[in-house]
Amino acid sequence: MHDNMEIPVGPQHPALKEPASFRLSLSGEKIMQASVRLGYNHRGIEKACEERTYIQDLYLIERICGICSHAHSTAFAQAVEEIAGVNLPKRAAYIRTLVGELERIHSHLLWLGVAGHEIGFDTLLMYTWADREIVMDILANVTGNRVNYGINSLGGVRRDISPEQVRQIAKAMDALEERTKYYIELASVETTLINRLSGVGVMSKKDVLRLGTVGPTARASGVARDVRKDDPYAAYAEINFNVVTDNHNDIYGRTIVRLGELMESFNIIRQVIKNLPDGPIAVKVARKIPSGEAVSRYEAPRGEDLHYVKANGTESPERVKVRAPTLANIQSVAFMLEDRYLADMPIVVAAIDPCFSCTDRSIAIKDAEGKGKKKKIVDWESLRLHGIEWYSKQGIDFTALNKRFKR
Amino acid sequence: MKMTRPGKMISMVLGSLFKKPLTTKYPYVKSKPIEGSRGKLKFYPEKCIGCKLCMKDCPTKAITIRDTGDKRFEAEIDLGKCIYCGQCVDSCLKKALAITDEFELAELDPKKLRVIFHAKPKEDTKEQT
Amino acid sequence: MLKALFNILIFPGFLFLIIFGLAAEFYDRKIYARFQNRVGPPWFQPFADFVKLVAKENIIPEQADAYVFKLVPVFALTSVVTAFFYIPLWKTGALYSFNGDMIVVLYLLTIPTVALFLAGWYSCSVYSTLGAMRSLTQLFAYEIPLLTSILASALLANTWSLSKITVFYSLHPGLWAFNLLGFIISVVTLMGKLEKGPFDIPEAETEIVAGSLTEYSGKLLALFRLTIDIEMIVGASLLAAVFLPFGLTLHPAIGFILFLLKVLLIVSIISLFRTVLARLRIDQMVNFCWKYIAPLAFLQVLINLIVKWTLVR
Repeated sequence: MHDNMEIPVGPQHPALKEPASFRLSLSGEKIMQASVRLGYNHRGIEKACEERTYIQDLYLIERICGICSHAHSTAFAQAVEEIAGVNLPKRAAYIRTLVGELERIHSHLLWLGVAGHEIGFDTLLMYTWADREIVMDILANVTGNRVNYGINSLGGVRRDISPEQVRQIAKAMDALEERTKYYIELASVETTLINRLSGVGVMSKKDVLRLGTVGPTARASGVARDVRKDDPYAAYAEINFNVVTDNHNDIYGRTIVRLGELMESFNIIRQVIKNLPDGPIAVKVARKIPSGEAVSRYEAPRGEDLHYVKANGTESPERVKVRAPTLANIQSVAFMLEDRYLADMPIVVAAIDPCFSCTDRSIAIKDAEGKGKKKKIVDWESLRLHGIEWYSKQGIDFTALNKRFKR
Repeated sequence: MKMTRPGKMISMVLGSLFKKPLTTKYPYVKSKPIEGSRGKLKFYPEKCIGCKLCMKDCPTKAITIRDTGDKRFEAEIDLGKCIYCGQCVDSCLKKALAITDEFELAELDPKKLRVIFHAKPKEDTKEQT
Repeated sequence: MLKALFNILIFPGFLFLIIFGLAAEFYDRKIYARFQNRVGPPWFQPFADFVKLVAKENIIPEQADAYVFKLVPVFALTSVVTAFFYIPLWKTGALYSFNGDMIVVLYLLTIPTVALFLAGWYSCSVYSTLGAMRSLTQLFAYEIPLLTSILASALLANTWSLSKITVFYSLHPGLWAFNLLGFIISVVTLMGKLEKGPFDIPEAETEIVAGSLTEYSGKLLALFRLTIDIEMIVGASLLAAVFLPFGLTLHPAIGFILFLLKVLLIVSIISLFRTVLARLRIDQMVNFCWKYIAPLAFLQVLINLIVKWTLVR
């Protein structure tokens, strides 16, 4: 154990819920160097958006992320609405805010459970996820699905809220608030939890600004950055809430921030259902969107989500670009891992609440020329032709199969 | 720094020994879908006018409307492709499509996932193949 | 001869231990689930897991030392079963005993940890190696306090034999109450030995996959898991004999039921700690054991010395 030991964490590892590769250089239990590699989850969503209509894109974009799906679909819808020059009805803006905050609650409760699991505290996982069911049931009731809600349409929302649902939400908020208070109490007294979280993944305010992290990761280091406040969208301009910050600078601080944001979310939801304006829930938007481009920002539970849409006057966008919050945060992970214990690795990665499939917008080609081996970069069409040729050499003919699938 | 102590959750976990568990033995104990959740589609062939807007808007091309002649239409829905977003229901001008809360749709045979709602021959509208 | 064979293979030996071990694993998992508001596994789950693993293929890594790889699980299982014969269960005497069997039992109980270390080391995978190192580091942290607290109890009884310890405490009822501190210490250290609860560092799933056992599969994994289950029973029986030595002179049937209850009580305490505490880091674990647990164990020795000079003549 004198030399540094190279240990691979990922692409498949129990600590990771999605594929990503971390290579840790260990000396004993200490991490000397860490490198992050993404790109295992590239799905080509941006390109696929260009081939579909705006209506279809809304559902595709929503599936970038399973947890913050409303964040992505709202950000996309906002960009398209801006290009089309549509004024969102007030009631629609309020319902979007409501669903967005319900989503934040479910995401933060989920994070708390995952964080518990990563530090070997499965009981916390079981309890928080049981509480999360309350908000999942409400989301299913209000929007129709537990995840990938499909509540947004271009120009508004697809489902209205009944007074009965409002009553149920108010009741659930009370129940959840009581539970959240218990978790805040737990986080402030449970010794083992504090020992595992505080002093781990330390990132000073200066580092946060240098590495450009967003969301709770940045707010835990005292950077009060929140799109809901800085550039209000939906109904946030009319709602009174605080940006929760903390100056612990470590994972304990990030836990406190997320718990505090839960309390703020309850507060926001109460204001939304109290001041829910009457009126239509959607306006009609033409299928063809005029040429133009727009950038839209949204404060997802994990941080700032950024969408860029370019329209060319047809039914499909010319270009869609997504910058998910994890992309902004992932650079800080390698920095936080260095000179820490191996045991802290899962929680440091989990603390930015990573979503690798959201982040994987491109494939990094490593070592393109190769060393000694024959490697070359081919384009899509020649790869396809190569595949057909290769298989026909093996005596396999796909023409019949292709016909069957109407290709 | 506040006073910290280990084992804060002891009272809560001991309490849960005397509570009914929150989990259920799902396939043996049936679970009810949440009111308002989206499941399998339903097609009313008598209302369909064959505009095929649903086909155009479907994000996964899961729905196919076919003219069986004489302005009668049948719909084929591939449950394996359907993402249960309900956009086709919104797009339909004549309310010929509806969403139900039937959610236990898994099949071992992929062929069974292709559900065809036949155009109405006599009176009964729905039949599976 | 036949009776000895029966004792070793069937009752209270091998077969009884397998059944009781798997049943205790079920109890542990069930109560863990109920603590967490879950339904938990059905009663036959550990048996089903065992049968399933036995039916599966053994995969031995190419780089691993196949001989050691196959040998260590058997080695570990044998040593824990052997240790069981020297522990007084529901009578004041064990099946076999001699002066000094306490030390033998403690060392036999160390062998599974050493086996885990060897298993991890000879698997030649990064996760196994890390798990092996952690097992050994942890061994040094918990072994001394465990030994000291049991030694404290033996000091009071003035013997090196477990059977004579139970005889002594049966003759002097009430004296076991002085060992309460030692009991708590040894339950905590037993959790370290069994790699449970906040001390599951050597097999921390989210860090090093399964630690030493990462490369194990099939029958060999089944043997290892059985060893850990039996080790839990044997460890709990040892603590029951040393620290909870009451009801041993009653009718054997009552004694037997009491024995089961005592073991289940210790398993419940371990499950409870496992439920409410987060996993420690290896440095925190070592710190904790040497800073708090070891001095407390020595305090127990001191208490018992004083008790011995004042009360017991």
